[in-house]
Amino acid sequence: MDAVVLFFVLGVAAGVARSDLKLPAALYDALSIYLLLAIGLKGGMELAKMPLLAVAPQALLIMGLGVVIPLIGYPVLRGLGRLPRADAASIAAHYGSVSVVTFAVGQNFLSAAGMAYESYMPLFLVLLEVPGILVGVVLARAGGPQRPAWGPLLHEVMLGKSIVLLVGGLLIGWVAGPEGMAPMAPFFGGLFKGVLCLFLLEMGLVASAQLGAVRKTGLFLVGFGVVMPLVSALLGGGLGWAIGLSPGGTVLLATLAASASYIAAPAAMRIAVPEANPALSITAALAITFPFNLLVGIPLYARLADYLHR
Amino acid sequence: MTLHPKKLVVLVCEAVLEPQLVADCERLGAHGYTVMDARGGGRRGARAATWDADRSIRMEVICDESTADAIVAHAHARFFAHYAMTVFVADIGVLRADKF
Repeated sequence: MDAVVLFFVLGVAAGVARSDLKLPAALYDALSIYLLLAIGLKGGMELAKMPLLAVAPQALLIMGLGVVIPLIGYPVLRGLGRLPRADAASIAAHYGSVSVVTFAVGQNFLSAAGMAYESYMPLFLVLLEVPGILVGVVLARAGGPQRPAWGPLLHEVMLGKSIVLLVGGLLIGWVAGPEGMAPMAPFFGGLFKGVLCLFLLEMGLVASAQLGAVRKTGLFLVGFGVVMPLVSALLGGGLGWAIGLSPGGTVLLATLAASASYIAAPAAMRIAVPEANPALSITAALAITFPFNLLVGIPLYARLADYLHR
Repeated sequence: MTLHPKKLVVLVCEAVLEPQLVADCERLGAHGYTVMDARGGGRRGARAATWDADRSIRMEVICDESTADAIVAHAHARFFAHYAMTVFVADIGVLRADKF
């Protein structure tokens, strides 16, 4: 198992054992800012090397994927899970959006396995972040008496820290290009894996704190948190193969599709759909799907990509 | 030294509400506010403030009685049903009545 994943396991173990280990909130903030920027910069640098128009058709399809995933999840949550409309829509939005750290672990998995991938993948990460959230809000509100307050919601979604830093990083990397970024390589490139390890240690602690809630939320959500990423990964992997991504790129797109947001989506849902119980969506995304993708999912998606590209 | 009677409104709630609350309190007549990061627990579970969705704030507003009433009524109508929130009001004395 990769060292990066072991740091997550350590965090979970420490949390479950009620260790007094606690990372300061400011460090969590600093690490997440670093990760978002570093991922954006790397992708932007690669985008500088290629004609943007060539990526445009792929980009549209990727956004379509972000719309389709919550539309698949929602009826399952409503029908099989018998969840109220707001809860089903909110959970669907979390799964439609993406987890940056899961993506980073996917990248790390590929480098360790020596698999190449399209380096502009962070662009897809950005494109997948928003549509799922908007679809979730529409699912919660369409046809109902309450109109969503689109103004504050769009502000929260488009100007939340993840989009600002990812898009900002992409733009800076794109404008500065590989030569301009070279002096920063030791900081944003060389330190990346170490920072990711620290962040995953914290994520392990956070996930373990949610584990108690799993007992309250019930078996359906556990099943959903495992099966939904598998279905999404099939869609993402299939799309990656169809638009001609490399096997590595296919793994990453499957990983993105399978991941569930726990930064952008929770904040947006609290504002736009306050009656949705955040414990349900956060428990599913963070305590079930996130560890599942880290420990089981990503290697599985590599097999899927392998199979598709055979 | 004369102390003038004022109300201290304290709102403890999810950090995601801060921009909304600040705008609401100013609209309802508050002249100022203080916000602190907070952590704690209650009916909606523990909020340890370790990561984004888990953060809480404690917002304090010193104001006259009518503004305090308006803020409390607004919080009740708008936030109590769906958010982790505690609101209380205390009688306090301030030196400069016109500041609040």
